[in-house]
Amino acid sequence: MGISLFILYKVILVVAVFAISLVIAMYSTYAERKVAAFMQDRLGPNRAGPFGILQPLADGVKMFMKEEIIPQVSNKFLFILGPSIAMFTSCITGAVIPWGTSLHIAGHDFTLQVTDINIGILYVMAITSIGVYGIMIGGWASNNKYSLLGALRASSQMISYEVAMGLAIIALVMTTGTLSLRDIAAQQTGWHWNLFYQPLGFIIFLICAFAETNRTPFDLPESDSELIGGYHTEYSSMKLGFYLFAEYINMFISSAIISTLYFGGYNMPFIGRLGLSHNLEAILGIVFLFAKIFFFIFFFMWVRWTVPRFRFDQLMNLGWKILIPLSIFNVAITGFIILMFHR
Amino acid sequence: MQALTTRSKVASNKKMTFVEKLYIPAILGGLRITLNHFFKKKVTIQYPEQKREFAPVFRGQHVLKRDENGAERCTACGLCAVACPAEAITMTAAERKPGEESLYREEKYASVYEINMLRCIFCGLCEEACPKEAIFLTDRIVDTEYVRQNLVFGKDKLVEPINNRIDVSVRETKETREFKTHPGYAHNKLYTKPSKA
Repeated sequence: MGISLFILYKVILVVAVFAISLVIAMYSTYAERKVAAFMQDRLGPNRAGPFGILQPLADGVKMFMKEEIIPQVSNKFLFILGPSIAMFTSCITGAVIPWGTSLHIAGHDFTLQVTDINIGILYVMAITSIGVYGIMIGGWASNNKYSLLGALRASSQMISYEVAMGLAIIALVMTTGTLSLRDIAAQQTGWHWNLFYQPLGFIIFLICAFAETNRTPFDLPESDSELIGGYHTEYSSMKLGFYLFAEYINMFISSAIISTLYFGGYNMPFIGRLGLSHNLEAILGIVFLFAKIFFFIFFFMWVRWTVPRFRFDQLMNLGWKILIPLSIFNVAITGFIILMFHR
Repeated sequence: MQALTTRSKVASNKKMTFVEKLYIPAILGGLRITLNHFFKKKVTIQYPEQKREFAPVFRGQHVLKRDENGAERCTACGLCAVACPAEAITMTAAERKPGEESLYREEKYASVYEINMLRCIFCGLCEEACPKEAIFLTDRIVDTEYVRQNLVFGKDKLVEPINNRIDVSVRETKETREFKTHPGYAHNKLYTKPSKA
């Protein structure tokens, strides 16, 4: 593959991943409202276009048209930097996710992953950790006590749950023997999903994913009913939109990561027996991965409209006193089983 | 003590069992409930297209009735304006000219008749006060507006169109007519002719 072709293919892939993340995040807002409405026996937005499918566009236009207010007492540079970081970090996480195997076109092999760095999981953990700075900086720069409280809660929550998440991933890495997301996905052919090898790890990871994306029952940084809007109380217009949008992109990315790590990624059971061509198999793999992702996005919403918000001390108790010991136990038991049965 | 409902549960401060402490069965139960609701029939009534059926006593936008020949019943006596607790009704009286008999039922009529729908509290006292069966409250909802001034309804909006009569039979019942005409009521006695003695 020539260098210019390589660059072209990577650029197309990057743009595609970026566009898909944005579109899915956009329609997640619509889906969220629909799911919320349906679970409350309502209909949800259904006026803009058929079934209200133009609602996200209308919301976007509204966000752009709103007056942009930067408080006098705020730190203007940081006030703008906050949502930018939140948006930026949530957009670049998709780079290491393997969206499919590869496509053979004109004798070239095009891998459906922007970059296969051999420490893919660490990259994801690192970027999500930076993501908390977006919230922290935004909340602090607003110079508002609600924002500050929201930001403090966000940072303490994310730091607490990252530990348990990291430990759950350590147990996963012990069974897979690699940090590359591509290899992890490739290992889970057929029904060899990591879910069956790491059920406890999966539950811990899932709970932490909820906490990391600030979704209910862990939406304390926002907690509309007690902190107005939490860290984004002072934000308006598209900067608010960036924060809200970043949350939905995070939700999409975490669904993709959960699917890749524990649910076989693009692997589809029995697809090898159908005798399809390589390209068709790859495309079906993408479809299957997205089916899993959409299920998890739905699951995020489903939980949001079922489980009430934790109190802050309950959140900390769950994180430090239950999830971390549990994940350490999980690491120990994984190590024990590997030692006993897989020498 | 007698339970108020059949669904009441006795709360206690007992220690939770291990399974209860896991919370996962409880969360799954909650998820099941919300999923059931997800597929349930929705209760929403989509307003402009679908309308909920109103009770017969519903009091909505007013109508100024015409008689069987299409002449306006209102004689601008002003009793409705006097009765109105919100002072929403104003009118100007005018004398009927020769040749206008098909337009107005009696010699006097309202050249201007306005109801401010923002002031109106839809109590229906105007309807009760009217001795000419001219004003009625209907089951129509007053449309929303962007400009306040447009909610001061004039005769163009209040008088019923000749070709498109508005049915008020629900409100113009035998009882209401009796209420207005029966000499036994004190409010009707006031307007009976004084006796010759």
